[in-house]
Amino acid sequence: MATAYDLSENHPDIENGARVPFVAVEDLHKTFGIHKVLNGVTLRVSRGETLAVLGRSGTGKSVLLRLIIGLETPDSGTVRIHAQDIAGLTLDQMGAIRKKMGFLFQHAALYDSLTVGENVGFPLAHHRRDLSQAERTRRVNQLLVEVGMEGNQGKMPSDISGGMQKRVGLARALALEPEILLLDEPTAGLDPISSGEIDDLILKLQRERQMASIVVTHDLHSARTIANRLALLDQGKVVVEGAFEDLQQSDIGFVKQFLKQS
Amino acid sequence: MSNSESISAAGIDPPFGEPAKIPWSAITAPVTRPVNGVLEWFGCLGIFSWKALKAAATPPYEWRELVRQLDEVGSKSFPLVALAGAAIGVVISLEARYSLSRFGAKSMFPATLVYSVVQVMGPIITGLVVSGRVGAGMGAELASMKVTEQIDAIEASAINPYRLLAAPRIVACILMLPLLTLAADACALVTGWFAQAMVESLSFHQFINSGFNGATFNSFLPQTFKTAVYGLIIGLIACFQGMRTRGGAEGVGRAATNSVVLASLFLILADVVLVKLILVVFP
Repeated sequence: MATAYDLSENHPDIENGARVPFVAVEDLHKTFGIHKVLNGVTLRVSRGETLAVLGRSGTGKSVLLRLIIGLETPDSGTVRIHAQDIAGLTLDQMGAIRKKMGFLFQHAALYDSLTVGENVGFPLAHHRRDLSQAERTRRVNQLLVEVGMEGNQGKMPSDISGGMQKRVGLARALALEPEILLLDEPTAGLDPISSGEIDDLILKLQRERQMASIVVTHDLHSARTIANRLALLDQGKVVVEGAFEDLQQSDIGFVKQFLKQS
Repeated sequence: MSNSESISAAGIDPPFGEPAKIPWSAITAPVTRPVNGVLEWFGCLGIFSWKALKAAATPPYEWRELVRQLDEVGSKSFPLVALAGAAIGVVISLEARYSLSRFGAKSMFPATLVYSVVQVMGPIITGLVVSGRVGAGMGAELASMKVTEQIDAIEASAINPYRLLAAPRIVACILMLPLLTLAADACALVTGWFAQAMVESLSFHQFINSGFNGATFNSFLPQTFKTAVYGLIIGLIACFQGMRTRGGAEGVGRAATNSVVLASLFLILADVVLVKLILVVFP
């Protein structure tokens, strides 16, 4: 991309040549009405890698995640999951791909009529009908322990705090043991202590599970903590991509301003 | 840019005698925009119906959710439907007695009550009551799930939301409407007879015998089972309005209102077609 500062020379896919990225986004465009949200975004994320997507509000960060998981359709460009183009897939074909992906929504999007335990067990109940009820319950408890929410199985989502809801949302996203994890503002609206806890949790999960993760965030501190690479979006394009040090060395005005204000 | 165009662009009236150039699309917009909106709505409803009915017809089926919806649509609507049926029975009884007495046709009272309740009032009143209660409830519930991204979360979990949410609700409406209609009819007949029995001696046995005298299955079954079509309309429109909602609390309110209004309207319009169809198919 001629206009973007591509600082990703140390990208693991390029080093290893033949290695196929888990997520490959090529020249993605998306418009809502007259508002062009994405204007040619290209990104790749491999196994064990965490990419943080940063940018101002309304620059299409969340839309990018929704396009990757197929909740929105791009105007042009491609999204490949494990080298498979998701354009034109039926709901059932897309379902097979989504089973390999976990999505944490910005406001957790827990099912408000189900308990915490039922929320976490929801994907298991629908996709792992081969498991006994006891085994499903054991897995739900294990996931809740993993996110530090043990003992809260019977509570309703409305009875727990925002930070706890995000933990439960994360446990639900991990229920099918995904290879790709998409996190939409995992620390937004949380106090610094809760944000730090969520960051530590994401780091721990990354170490243990070696997923390919994309984290959309405003929080530069959080992005530095959890991501191997950062991509900064402006006016629908990736203006810079690389390690935090690469961003610091960038001479693009917007990048400097973003780092200064963060 | 011509002189007149530059004047128009600057927001200044063109010189006298020179007509202002207004784009053709701007002239037709007040007509074409609402027409396009209506056509788009029907197109989206068609696509939604196809996806929802396909999900309802193909396994795996969401039995647990279906049972929950049968309870929601059937058991929980029963008191309201029964009450509405009972009230209608009394009203028709009072009106019929007065009108028939004027023409010296009091002996026709049982048949008048039975036919007007079972063929006309029972189905339509049940449809409208369920449309109000269930249509608003489903529309608001699904709209609330939509605006809080719960439907997106279902889809992101690789679960078909049409299969999980729309199909059981639509099937529950289709199955429960005829049963609720039978309940409404029964209540209306009992209260109608009771209202008559209060003023003159008429046993329930006499009333039923006289009312159903000469009736065949064709006289009542098509009229009762046409309410399955009402159920389809209520379920489809409520799910469609709920699952396409945008905006926050305002969107939820709008979805609930639109569900009731549109379901009731289409139900009455469908009745016109169904009555004619039944008269042709079951003469």
